[in-house]
Amino acid sequence: MKEIKVLSPTAILGYGFPVASFKAGLERRPDVIAVDAGSTDPGPYYLGAGVSFTDRRAVYRDLSLMLKAGRELKIPVIIGSAGGSGAEPHLQWNLDIIQEIAARENLSFRLAVIHGEIDKNIVLKAFAEGQIIRLPPGAPLTIEDISGSTHIVGQMGVEPFIHALEAGADVVLAGRSYDPAVFAALPVMRGFAPGLALHMGKILECAAIAAIPGSGSDCMMGYLRKDHFLLEPLNPARKCTVTSVAAHTLYEKSNPYILPGPGSIIDLTAARFDQYNETMVKVSGSRLSPCPFYAIKLEGAKRVGYRTISVAGARDPVFISRVDEIIAGVKSRVEDNFSDIPAADYTLLFHIYGKDGVMADLEPQKKITSHELGIIIEAVATSQELANTICSFARSTMLHYGYSGRVSTAGNLAFLYSPSDLKAGEVYRFSIHHLIKVSDPCALFPMEIIKIGEGQG
Amino acid sequence: MTVKLVDIASIIRSKNAGPYELTLDIIFKDREWYEKIKKAKAINRSLICGLYNIPEEDILNIIEFDPAGAVKITIRRPLVSGDIGETDVYGAQQHAPLLALKFEL
Repeated sequence: MKEIKVLSPTAILGYGFPVASFKAGLERRPDVIAVDAGSTDPGPYYLGAGVSFTDRRAVYRDLSLMLKAGRELKIPVIIGSAGGSGAEPHLQWNLDIIQEIAARENLSFRLAVIHGEIDKNIVLKAFAEGQIIRLPPGAPLTIEDISGSTHIVGQMGVEPFIHALEAGADVVLAGRSYDPAVFAALPVMRGFAPGLALHMGKILECAAIAAIPGSGSDCMMGYLRKDHFLLEPLNPARKCTVTSVAAHTLYEKSNPYILPGPGSIIDLTAARFDQYNETMVKVSGSRLSPCPFYAIKLEGAKRVGYRTISVAGARDPVFISRVDEIIAGVKSRVEDNFSDIPAADYTLLFHIYGKDGVMADLEPQKKITSHELGIIIEAVATSQELANTICSFARSTMLHYGYSGRVSTAGNLAFLYSPSDLKAGEVYRFSIHHLIKVSDPCALFPMEIIKIGEGQG
Repeated sequence: MTVKLVDIASIIRSKNAGPYELTLDIIFKDREWYEKIKKAKAINRSLICGLYNIPEEDILNIIEFDPAGAVKITIRRPLVSGDIGETDVYGAQQHAPLLALKFEL
């Protein structure tokens, strides 16, 4: 085979894509449709709580178009990092959507489900055996981090996907995956250079973000050949330029030359980006360097409390000039009033927009120049009730706080809502971001084949 | 001559590179400005330390990326993404201090 065509409809399953772009992609007869559904960017909550950061209806819409097209063209459809975080509840959530689509659209296919959640006991055993590797600047792992995590996932490489495709899967639904793996699996299985396949996957995972104008909700096609690949945006309003593609290579990475992944490193020191025609870019020279061992990146999140927030604003210039003193005063009133509550049971924070609400300690501008401030009072505590208590008391104290030079004695805050305090529920933090050494790239990721819609279609 | 970064760069942005790192990208408008900045080592550790008021060990990388005509700075996040007290989960709004940079070239 001289060329393999990989269609990436959207940057994240559920972010959407124009039907016209998708049709243009199908007209080019892709060999596979692949999509990455995940990211750690939305923060630890979604992994920890087992909830998707994308909307069910939006995912249903995207997948419905993809699954129908896959069956029509008789090509595989591959989904990685199901439900955003790729743990078991996310995978089951996405599986339910697939089953509903198949039933409604009368589709039948062989579905491979590859699980990405990693049992705590496996991680504990590997930790005890010294098989866990720290990723600086992340902290070293502790037993408490492992046992306290609500979900732990591992980023699978291309191997479990190849295993599923070899087992005759028409559709592959996988838990947490290394982003490029869904795009590179079929090309690698068919003998294309893995360095090029993975680099192409690294770009396709963001779909049309690498084009200009960029978009995370539009389609991109990758054409992989023997010694290079081509990228083509499928919306005529966009084009790929050397700069747009090279710039994307920088995106969300600490070193654009060396991209470590499961079992190998994509080495771009000799990569070349050339304009192929008006809308397409040619990439060559991307290589794969082997790692001395095969490792999977683990991600975990654990619950650290419950949050309540109150949203308010301030317009009084004297209040604004004294805001630091007022915050210190309110904090000390809260501590004093609830001196029976251990300090470790709660955290009280004041986010001051118009001062340093966005950059906190990194903010170089120390002087407030705004005529109004946005204030978020935040309490995180060991229970929702305690978070409510602390937030409520801090809010009422700040509202009536008698600071020096006060002129407006009726109230210091403009509340946006009634009720003024909002329960934000469980709070999680990333507890694991480490590597685990494995001898078999598939061992952590069990697969099952489900026959969907047998006898109906 | 004095040049403003905003006049010679087309993209100045920040984003997470994983939950522990923040990465700042500066992509120059043309090769000429990129080469001048690169040659002068105008974007260096002491500049970034001063701009963000962080110790040198928190700067993990400053990389010049020829294929994109870009300089990439990666720093340690003061707080892990989404931790209690953290203020920018995606790390997408930490680039602003770069917008004020001026260079003597």
